[in-house]
This record gives sequence, structure tokens and C-alpha cells, in this order.
Amino acid sequence: MTLAEDLARQQRSISVAEFFEKNKHLLGFDSPTRGIITTIKEAVDNALDACEEATVLPDVFVGIKRMESEVFRIIVEDNGPGIVPDQVPFVFGKLLYGSRFHQIRQSRGQQGIGISAAVLYAQLTTGLPTIVISRTGPDQKAYRFLLQINIRTNEPEVVAKEEVVWDRTHGTRVQIEFKSTMAAKKRLLEYLKYTSVVNPHARIRVEIDDETYLFERVSDEVIACPQAIRPHPHGIEIGQLMRMLSASTESCDEFLVESFTRVGKKTADEMCRKANISPGARASSLTPVEQKRLLEAMQEVKVPAPPTQSCLSPIGEDLITRGLEKEFQMDFVKARTRASSVYSGHPFLVEAAIGYGGKLPPDGNAQILRFANRVPLLYQQGACAITGCIAGVSWKTYNISQAGLPTGPLLILVHVASTNVPFTSESKDAIAAIPEIEREVTLVLQELGRELKTYLSRRDKNRLQEDRARAVCSIIPEIAAKVAEIVDLPVPDISPIEGKIMKKVVIKKLVRESRIVLEVKNYTSSMGEFTVYDISPDSGHDARPALSIVTELDGEFTKVWKVTLKPGEGWTAGYEGSGGGTVEVRGLPPDQVVVVDLDSQ
Amino acid sequence: MDKKTHERLVSIAMRWYEQIKEGAIPSISLPTRTKQNIAFDDESEVWKYGDRESIRSAHTAKSALHLLKMSYVIWFLKTQLLERRSSTLRELYYISEGWKRAKFSAQDESNFLIEDLEILTDLQREAFHLRPEEDGATIFGPLRIREMTRRGERVIHCQDDVGEAGYQIPSNVENIKLLEQDARFVIAIETGGMYARLIENGFDQDHHAILVHLKGQPARSTRRMLHRINEEFGLPVMVFTDGDPWSYRIFASVAYGAIKSAHMSEVLATPRAQFIGVQPSDIRDYNLPSDTLTEKDIAALQSELSDPRFASDYWKTQIQLQLKLNLKSEQQAFAARGLDFVTEEYLPRRLTEMGILS
Repeated sequence: MTLAEDLARQQRSISVAEFFEKNKHLLGFDSPTRGIITTIKEAVDNALDACEEATVLPDVFVGIKRMESEVFRIIVEDNGPGIVPDQVPFVFGKLLYGSRFHQIRQSRGQQGIGISAAVLYAQLTTGLPTIVISRTGPDQKAYRFLLQINIRTNEPEVVAKEEVVWDRTHGTRVQIEFKSTMAAKKRLLEYLKYTSVVNPHARIRVEIDDETYLFERVSDEVIACPQAIRPHPHGIEIGQLMRMLSASTESCDEFLVESFTRVGKKTADEMCRKANISPGARASSLTPVEQKRLLEAMQEVKVPAPPTQSCLSPIGEDLITRGLEKEFQMDFVKARTRASSVYSGHPFLVEAAIGYGGKLPPDGNAQILRFANRVPLLYQQGACAITGCIAGVSWKTYNISQAGLPTGPLLILVHVASTNVPFTSESKDAIAAIPEIEREVTLVLQELGRELKTYLSRRDKNRLQEDRARAVCSIIPEIAAKVAEIVDLPVPDISPIEGKIMKKVVIKKLVRESRIVLEVKNYTSSMGEFTVYDISPDSGHDARPALSIVTELDGEFTKVWKVTLKPGEGWTAGYEGSGGGTVEVRGLPPDQVVVVDLDSQ
Repeated sequence: MDKKTHERLVSIAMRWYEQIKEGAIPSISLPTRTKQNIAFDDESEVWKYGDRESIRSAHTAKSALHLLKMSYVIWFLKTQLLERRSSTLRELYYISEGWKRAKFSAQDESNFLIEDLEILTDLQREAFHLRPEEDGATIFGPLRIREMTRRGERVIHCQDDVGEAGYQIPSNVENIKLLEQDARFVIAIETGGMYARLIENGFDQDHHAILVHLKGQPARSTRRMLHRINEEFGLPVMVFTDGDPWSYRIFASVAYGAIKSAHMSEVLATPRAQFIGVQPSDIRDYNLPSDTLTEKDIAALQSELSDPRFASDYWKTQIQLQLKLNLKSEQQAFAARGLDFVTEEYLPRRLTEMGILS
């Protein structure tokens, strides 16, 4: 027996399931700690994708319960469209089975290995089957499945299937038990929090043993499900083209027009001519050499960029801002959504946000929130193109300190949405360094950096002004006291001066003979709309200007004027009376008002 | 006199009091005290502050603090006047130690503030009962004066009744009455060494000269004395200093007044004073022992070229010559040619040249 024959006997095909059993790290199951996060991530991603497709507002429940010391039960339940019973075993029990792999549109999951990998992981660590309940509508029955994967064949094994009563009218519930630890609980919550930030239309309820967390939705708008588009001639590889050609029944030119986006008759003819192929030839009859020529020609001919509006679903500036504001307390938030763009024929779009101050930690590196197609990226931050771009921006230009990454009370969110997000590996932790994407990320960060700089310099200016005003206001009383001592007169009231310096609204009440005078002056730089309340025994019936409202209670008249003053404007009112009582201004923040009651002194 | 001072000081405080009462931020307006804002006054022939004014208002913390310090000083001066006491500028600086926030950070600051008050009240600091702490300079020559001292009037002849060092000018020159003189001119001398040389060589007797020792940059009292001798007796005043840019400024302050006290130029300056030397051309002509100019010297000379007080052809020529020679000499460098050279040769020749001696 030759060595080759000997070796040949050992050679056999490997099932994908077997392959992934040996290469768990490729799918994010490299450690028990990580396994729990990956499972929840995959299940939640699926739930959100499903709800999006069904255009319902997602209500997702995540339950984690410790069964034994190292065994955890994970439950993820959604109100999505459900899965038809015949498909359930394949969706959960077969690796690389999915609806979205062949579609060209933005979606969270793609390859259809995430959740089935979790099923496989459970099987490997506890031997327990995964329980799935699904219902597709109110008039449909709910079914409960116990599933496993046949590792040799990568085919689902239905351990049990039964009809059950379920209180949800539609949706899916998956329950997986596997060996893990809760060492990464903080990270898990972080993942859910970040998910909630970029999915502001979703409500996510979490129960970890006895603790509950709720990430409430801030938007009741169902996000439009991105539409699938045909592939773009520049984003295709030889294998895919060959497959498409062999499946085609049309002539070459028809094939090009029908199968690709942005290709018309003229473009198709040009491609054929360049490839030296007759446009009328049957597409399926091309020789491998011709196929290769066609691919080359397709790359060479100029084709407009693919449509990006329908197949991408950006979160939008407003919702990013609201999503961030609901989970983080910050003094400043600004979001930007860039126009969509294309790399190698794949549409993509970058949006980002910057938050500053508030309760963000004042020291250390900025907090970075990376997202790809609305999915938070939690691991391998250092290997991600987004991190590279953030470090590559010169933050000092925007008055932010920097040590590689920017530092200080800063939060940076970057979301890359694409029909095909280029990850560095199958565990989908980091975005690959594609120059077109890096350029967009850098541009959006610079745009936001400028906004932040404007905010910071305005804040510093305000702070400086305030400091200065405060300093002056602490000295003026001393000047007043000393000057009064020199001229031998009572110390004058300095609050109007303070109002002037502090830039506030100052109201003075004084008595001139038997006439009560109210003087208001707006020293602020903004329009002042407010109400003056004067409560005293005087009726104010002869008041000029006339009272807006007057009410009496126990011989005390509440006299009300509505006043609108431009910056620098003044207002005076007067009436006959004996004075007394109180005067106040409502409708302005208290720190913008100075009341000087000269009557009561 | 004290009553007028009192009124004027209090009126400044009263202005602020009224402003505060009306809700206005207290402020005061003063001439801008920089080189750019001194101008030649044709009538009085001295340099005075121009029209530029700067307003000090309590709008900013710095100016507010300045006003606070000023009110403390006014309050202190008012009290001092009422109690008929006096103090020195340095004492005022130390007294401010107890004024908390209004305390002065350096004596320059309090001196400057007093000058502000002089401008505002149009009075001299002596009226506030404030005096400088430095010794007055000395004077030697055929001059008889009467001084009001605390122990009564004294009549003194500045040659016969004084020692080798001469008569010491008091800080308040207004207490002196100039009685008579027998002089043809006055020489104001920068250094003590040269002053003593002229006395020892009998220059005052030989040429009927009144010698005044400036002691470097002259005190106000010294300048006031020169002004009065020039004004009351009509005697020409000659200034004899070292040959360097700093000494030219001594001459300029005698003749035209100083930037710091441009508000009092009319009573302090002697516009007809003339510069004897050491001129840059003397360094060349007499081949005097000399030093090379330092960078600071050169910068000072350059700055003098743009100083309105040196804007004459004479000074332009001399300063440019000095920059070209790159040399400076002291008065006493004349000793290289013998101790009598300055009194026997240089001064007589120079004074003849200037038309003082014939």
C-alpha cells in the first residue's frame, strides 16, 4: 500500500458542523464567558431583524438564569412574525441556513450560523436540546420544538415537536442551556444598552436571575425594512458570476440587464463587446475563459453607483441623539449621518455621534461605541478600522486631549451600515480597513469634532464671562461700602449693577410719595417673556399700564402684568397706594432674575 | 489748602457714590499714560499728556480692583488730612497691607495710583501730605534761600553756610523761598563723583556756577528746584551727564518732563535746559576711554529715536553717531586726561561753544 493510498483512506469530507465544533472561536464561542454574550447577541439580532421585516415595534425579552453552578439557561423571546413550523428545525438546527445570505440589503445577521452555532454549543457543553416556540399569527397554532444538530451531517434532529398554548399572538422564543459564567455580565448589559441606543424603536426587557433591567423605546416609529437590491457589477466575484451564469436561461445582454443593478442595454452591450462575447449568446453557454473575460469587462465598464437609499437603513441623527440621551447623561450630543457611498460595488453609509461632559468619566480614553448594521461590536476594539480612524483624527485641533485615542469625558459612536459589512473575521467583532469606509468615518468624525469645538469654546467663553462677572460682583460691594464711608452716607444698593454685570433681568420696586413704581430692565442678551407678580393690599385699579390679571384674597391683591422685553429694554408700571407686600418675576429661570425691593428696606 | 484737597478727593468718591446709586457701574476717566499719548505743548514748551483718555470702569475684575484700591487710598488720605499727619509713599504701601483685597502688590502700583490721583485732583502729592522717602539731592553755589522748617525759618547760603556736600533740597520745595544769587548759570550733574570734582576744583567760584547733584534720575524735588531757579532768577540750566542712552533720559526728564509725571510737567520741567555732554561726538573728538554698547543700550537708543522728547536734529545726529561708533563713555572718563581737564578745558570750551561763557 502506498503512502498516498494510506492517506486517501483517511481523507473524507468534513461537515460544517464538525468544522465549527473544532473552530468555535471563529463564531465567537472561544470561551464560556463569551459564549453567553454571543448567544444573546445572535438571538437578539435575529429578533430585531425579524421584527423589522414584519414592521412591528420590537418587544424583546432576554432571560438568563443559573440552573447549576456553571449551567445557564438563556431565553430570548420576541414579537416578530414567527417561523413556519416546517422551517423551525432548519433555522435553529442547521448551520449556514438563512434567508438573508443571498440578499443584498442591510441586515444584522447574514450567514445564518449565529443562532445554530449556539444550539451546537449547548449540545457540546450540556448535551441538552434547544427548545423553540414559534407562532406565526393569531389564527395559527404555536409549536414547541426540542432541537439538536447532527454534527456529522449538519442536519437538524427534532427530538420532540408538540402544539402548545402560547400567550403571544406571534413571535419566537428560544431557550438554550449551556455551560458558561456570568463573568461578563457588565459587558452583556453594555451590549444590550448599546443595542438599545441604536435601536431606539425597540423595548428590551432583561431578567438576570432576580434582577431586571428595562431599556425602554424612545421612538414609536417602525423602521422601514431595507429593500434587497440586485448585485452591482463592480461588487461581484468570479464564483458568484459563474453560479449566476449557469442558472440563467437568457442571452448574455439580457442576463446582465436582468441580474445586475444599474445595467441597461447599452452598458450590457458595451460589457459584451469589451469581453469579445456576442450579446446574443446564451449566458449559460459561456466557456470559463469567456466568463473570466466578462468579469473583467464588467469591472472596466463605467457603471453608476448602486442605489443606496432603499437597501440601507440609517438610524438617523435625531434618533441617535435620543437613543444616546436616554442611556447616557451628557452636556452635549451631536449626531451626523453621512450620505451613502460605495466600496467595491457595495453600498454603505456611516453615521456617528459625539457626546461630551455630564456623567461621562472625566479621565481616561473616550468611550467608543462601534456598530455595524445596528449591532454593537464589543470585542477586538483595537483591530477595528473605526478605532483606527478615531485615533487617526487630530483631536487636539478640536480642543480635546489625545493619547492615541482622544481622552476626557467623551463618547464617540460610529455606525457603519452596509449591504455587506466587511468584517475582519466571522465572529464579526471588527470592521476591516477599507479605504472608502475609513474616509467616510474620518470625515464624519471631523465634522462632529468641529461641532464639539464650537460647543467647548462657547462653554469656556460663558464660563469665563461668568467667572469675571462673579469677580466683579464680589468687588463692587466693597467699593460701595468704602465710598459710602468716604462721603459719609448710607451704603447704596448695588443689586441693579449686579444685574447689569451678570446680565440678568432686574426688577426694582420703589415708593415715590404715594405712588408705587415697578421698574424692570432686561440686561440679558435674549428676549424676555415673563410675568410680574405684585402682591400687596393696594388694588392697583389705576395701574399704568393696566393689569393683565388681578385677584383678591383676604384683602391682598395679586396684581399681574405680562411683560415682553427685548435685550436692553426697560418697562415701568405705577399705581397709587401705600406699598408693602412682595414682588416677583415668574416665567424666567430664577438665576436670571434680580429682585430689588426698595420699598421693604 | 488742606480743605481744597479734602474736597477734591471726596468729590471723586462722591461721583462713584452717585453712579452706584443710579445703578451705573462706577467708572473714572484718566489720560492714557503711555509714550504715545504725550505731546509737546507749544505754550508751556513741555511735554504733556495728549487727548487720549482711558476709562477705568468696574466692568472687569482688574479695573474694579483698581477702583477699590483707589477708594481705599482716598479714604486713607482723607483721614490723614483730617488728622494733620503725613506719610511717605513707602509707608502708604505698607499701610495697604491691612486692606485685604485692596492691598498693593508692589510699591510701583501705589506710586502709580497716587499719580492718578494727582491727575484727577490737579494737585501735587505733597498736598495729600505724601512725600517720597528718598533723600533730596544737594545743591552748592552762590545762592541764598530761606527754608520753613519745623523748628522755624532758616536762611542758608549754599556756599558759605553748608559743608562740603552742599545744601540738601527738601522734599517739599514749596517750603523754600529763593532770596538771592550771584551766579551766571546752573550745572546739573548726574554723578556724585563729578559733582565733588567740580566743587573740589572750585568751579563754582571760578565761573559763578550753581552746582546741582541730580543723583541719577532726578527726584521731583530736584526738578522742581531747577525749574524754580530757572524761572525765578532766569539762570540758564545746563545738564552734564554720562554719554549713554540712560543719561540722555535724565536730561530729557529735566528738560521736558517724564512720562510718569507728564501731568506736572509745567511745574517740574525746565524746557530751556541745555545738554552739555558727554556727547557722542565728545567720545570721538576727545578719544575718551569707552565701552562698547550693549544690546539694551542699542535698543534704548533706537527707542529714543522715536521718543517725541528727542525729536530734534541735534539729538537725531548725536544718537545716530553713537550707534555708528557703538561706544559709550562716563563723565569721569575725562580723568584720563588729568583731574583738571574737565574744569580747565572741557567745560569752559563747551560752555563757550554754547554761548554761556565768553
